[in-house]
Amino acid sequence: MLTKRIIPCLDVRNRKVTKGVKFQNNIDLGDPVEMAVGYSDGGCDELVFYDITASAEGRPIDIDMVREVAKAVHIPFAVGGGIKDLEDMRRVLLAGAEKVSVNSLAVKNPDIISQGAKQFGSQCIVLGMDPVKVEKSDKFPSGYEITIQGFRTRTGLDALEWAKRAEGLGAGEIVVNSVDADGTQTGFEINLTRMIAENVGIPVVASGGAGTYQHLIDVFTKGKADAAIVASMIHTGKFTIKQIKDKLIAANIPIRQKW
Amino acid sequence: MITIIDYKAGNLTSVQLAFESIGQKVKITDKPQDILCAEKIVFPGVGAAKAAMDSLKKLKLIEPIRKVIADGIPFLGICIGMQVLFETSEEDGGTECMSILPGTVKKFKTSDKLCKIPQIGWNAVKIVRPHPVFAGIEDQSEFYFVHSYYPACSDKNNIIGQTEYADAVFASAAGRKNLVAVQFHPEKSGRIGLRLLKNFSDWDEGC
Repeated sequence: MLTKRIIPCLDVRNRKVTKGVKFQNNIDLGDPVEMAVGYSDGGCDELVFYDITASAEGRPIDIDMVREVAKAVHIPFAVGGGIKDLEDMRRVLLAGAEKVSVNSLAVKNPDIISQGAKQFGSQCIVLGMDPVKVEKSDKFPSGYEITIQGFRTRTGLDALEWAKRAEGLGAGEIVVNSVDADGTQTGFEINLTRMIAENVGIPVVASGGAGTYQHLIDVFTKGKADAAIVASMIHTGKFTIKQIKDKLIAANIPIRQKW
Repeated sequence: MITIIDYKAGNLTSVQLAFESIGQKVKITDKPQDILCAEKIVFPGVGAAKAAMDSLKKLKLIEPIRKVIADGIPFLGICIGMQVLFETSEEDGGTECMSILPGTVKKFKTSDKLCKIPQIGWNAVKIVRPHPVFAGIEDQSEFYFVHSYYPACSDKNNIIGQTEYADAVFASAAGRKNLVAVQFHPEKSGRIGLRLLKNFSDWDEGC
């Protein structure tokens, strides 16, 4: 049986893993390569790295870091933040990443999804999206609007329509990161996750809000997610991947148990 | 020395880094003569079957691959590198493959809209026939898969491991004599995947 994936998210700033709440009040947590090895040895199923300041600082993604991670861990990992074009995608993938994640770039230039999928395969192209809850309307039938640039800019795009469009363009996977839940550790946005998961044919990764075992159980059972991102709850040392997995197994969720 | 065949079907970085991490020297090549004198061969690949076959033809690699397999050189196919060893694939409206292993490659089907295609993630491999590349690997260990098509072995004797997904129970590991092929990605399957690659590196054929 295909297992549900637990994916630690490492936000990287100046070669340090950092964590904030809704992209603010960040504190440094450690070295990205060391943390990747720790989580991989601890049983995580995949990793995702976001270079959170590359875009804002207008500099390319840290390829040396990608290469060092690829040498140190032999599980899939995705890299996002600061991808500007196909050439950036190529550099990240050739450095050893399994996937690249595009978010703001795809909103501004949706063709990057189809071009990337054609060049490197759909399985390499992850669409990251940051929806915020809005009043349901003709413009936003799903009740969620896509934001970009670290939640700072609203786009006028409906979240579900954008997810379907990205699938049609060739995205291989969608990371749904709830703006309202990000960093709060108060639970995933279950309705949003389930709505996207039930309406696209590609895997959906839930992100934002993980704080307890029950949140993860809920996002897989009620939210129908294929994978879930964890950050604060493990970065603080409060929970280990093993503890999380043991609880999910006890709740009869299919989880990779041997590593 | 591990010779990795580069036929422009995807990214070889993680295969190379995985072998290097277990202390193996790696040579990456698209030259027939390098394949013909290799000690051990890895045949990776992601992407579509037709593009892979077209590239193998263009690079004149099909006959050298047949020859080394027939000559008993340890040979490991991975993902598309497994699929093109079969007779045909349903992909791209039907693609003629290399017919080295009997069977065809089929697309997953399902009516369950929550069962996503491609299969992406970790799934268990049930070992149905002990094989040196699985030495020390527990039955039902999970490996990392990314694929929409799966091999249907018509000679059951070639099945080494099986995996369940969508409508299929398929051969996720297959082979005979010096040839072994896996649908999953051992290079991305953590410590257990590296163990499989180490076993392959140490494999002296004749299973």
